[in-house]
Amino acid sequence: MIEIKNIVKSFDGVTILDDISGEFYQGKNNLIIGASGTGKSVLLKCIVGLIPPDSGTVYYNDRDFTHADKDVKTDVRREIGMLFQGVALFDSLNVENNIKFPMNILTELPEDEKQDRVNFCLKRVGLENVNKKMPSEISGGMKKRVGIARAIVNNPKYLFCDEPNSGLDPQTSILIDELIQEITYEFNITTVVVTHDMNSVIGIGDHVMFLYKGKKLWEGSNKKILKTEVEELKDFVFDNKLISTN
Amino acid sequence: MRSLGKYVIFIGTLFKKMETFSTYVKRTLDEAISIGINSLVLVTIVSTFIGAVTTVQTAANLVSPFIQDFIISTVVRDMTVFELAPTITSIVLAGKVGSSIAGELGTMRITEQVDALEVMGINSASYLVLPKMIAAMLMFPMLCVMAGFLSIYGGYLIGTLTNIVSGEDYVYGLRFDFRQYFIFIALVKSLVFAFLVSSIAAYKGFFTQGGALEVGQASTSAVTNSCIAILLADYMVVEILL
Repeated sequence: MIEIKNIVKSFDGVTILDDISGEFYQGKNNLIIGASGTGKSVLLKCIVGLIPPDSGTVYYNDRDFTHADKDVKTDVRREIGMLFQGVALFDSLNVENNIKFPMNILTELPEDEKQDRVNFCLKRVGLENVNKKMPSEISGGMKKRVGIARAIVNNPKYLFCDEPNSGLDPQTSILIDELIQEITYEFNITTVVVTHDMNSVIGIGDHVMFLYKGKKLWEGSNKKILKTEVEELKDFVFDNKLISTN
Repeated sequence: MRSLGKYVIFIGTLFKKMETFSTYVKRTLDEAISIGINSLVLVTIVSTFIGAVTTVQTAANLVSPFIQDFIISTVVRDMTVFELAPTITSIVLAGKVGSSIAGELGTMRITEQVDALEVMGINSASYLVLPKMIAAMLMFPMLCVMAGFLSIYGGYLIGTLTNIVSGEDYVYGLRFDFRQYFIFIALVKSLVFAFLVSSIAAYKGFFTQGGALEVGQASTSAVTNSCIAILLADYMVVEILL
């Protein structure tokens, strides 16, 4: 489980995150939703330590990550897998070596075991025979799958996905959502997904946190979100064309 | 001053929380190929022609009958060893290698590849930058030696083919009043320039923010700042060592 307490972050005097607290549960898809510019990605980067919060604390299974020394942070980070918005595959490495990369750096597994693990992860995300292709030679949806494969290759306890559906067609978006959901349940990991896609919210949102102008306004499951009385959330949910036409 | 402080801190972070030695060896060899081997053609062309042009222009200016022909190659030698081989080669490499390093790191930054390394618990600055700097500091002196040889040989070729100077006079001039210490200064210069070009380019690329436009600006800035730093360092090294 991940717990965040009183996270505050400002850039150039503008408050982006204003006293955000909450919990992200193990074995569940935890979604952070909100309109563009509400601080979702900044919150995610604060949680994984890419951006230090001005104040507040992030706990990974009761371990204080924010104020930990570098060794503890490194230990925690080795339990983290992350899918970036732009996937962030290494351009100079082929698909296989991209997936192998975290193992090369963080483990001392023999080469054949690494290869087996790469093949398992690629199969798990529904990709085969792409091992030797370069990232520039595969489609956006395939890149996302490779990104997920790289994120899960070291058996992470925590999986973070920043806008996993951005730039994808609706069908591929659903496939990626389903894949994230399956992996979360199968490996019983704590998954945190940042999105503004209501289809994802309805489809996989076991636990949803709604941000509005840097504040947390609502928290609950996808089953309750359509019955919300919070005006800002209602605007966000029902302004979405796909939802409003249903 | 703020940028200078940030640059010094950046250099300091390269030596914190480092990866295994073998990781750096492999990456340094890859970078040495990229920086050194891939620059051979450019350095060959530039240094050969500069040596040839220096010979022709020196000969054109030494019109007095009291000045012997071998002085032409002595001038070419000293200009090559002092300035052309270390300084001009480094400025040329600042354009090729510096812009490449800044562009690569800038692109990695804006496409979140640097963040991906950080999330994995890797010191991205050390992992990405240190091998480039070590490779540059290994390859620049080698390229400097090669450039010096080719520049002098280019002068020999053009001098003898156009009858500006005889082969014997040219070789005699090369040996005339030769001091090995000047070679040492040239190598020190190339080492210092390698550090400056690779670290400035890496600094500019690593802290790029924005998009493709900013990556281009970072590359341009890396080259201009490297060239200025090379010229300043050139003066300082000569003041200290001569």
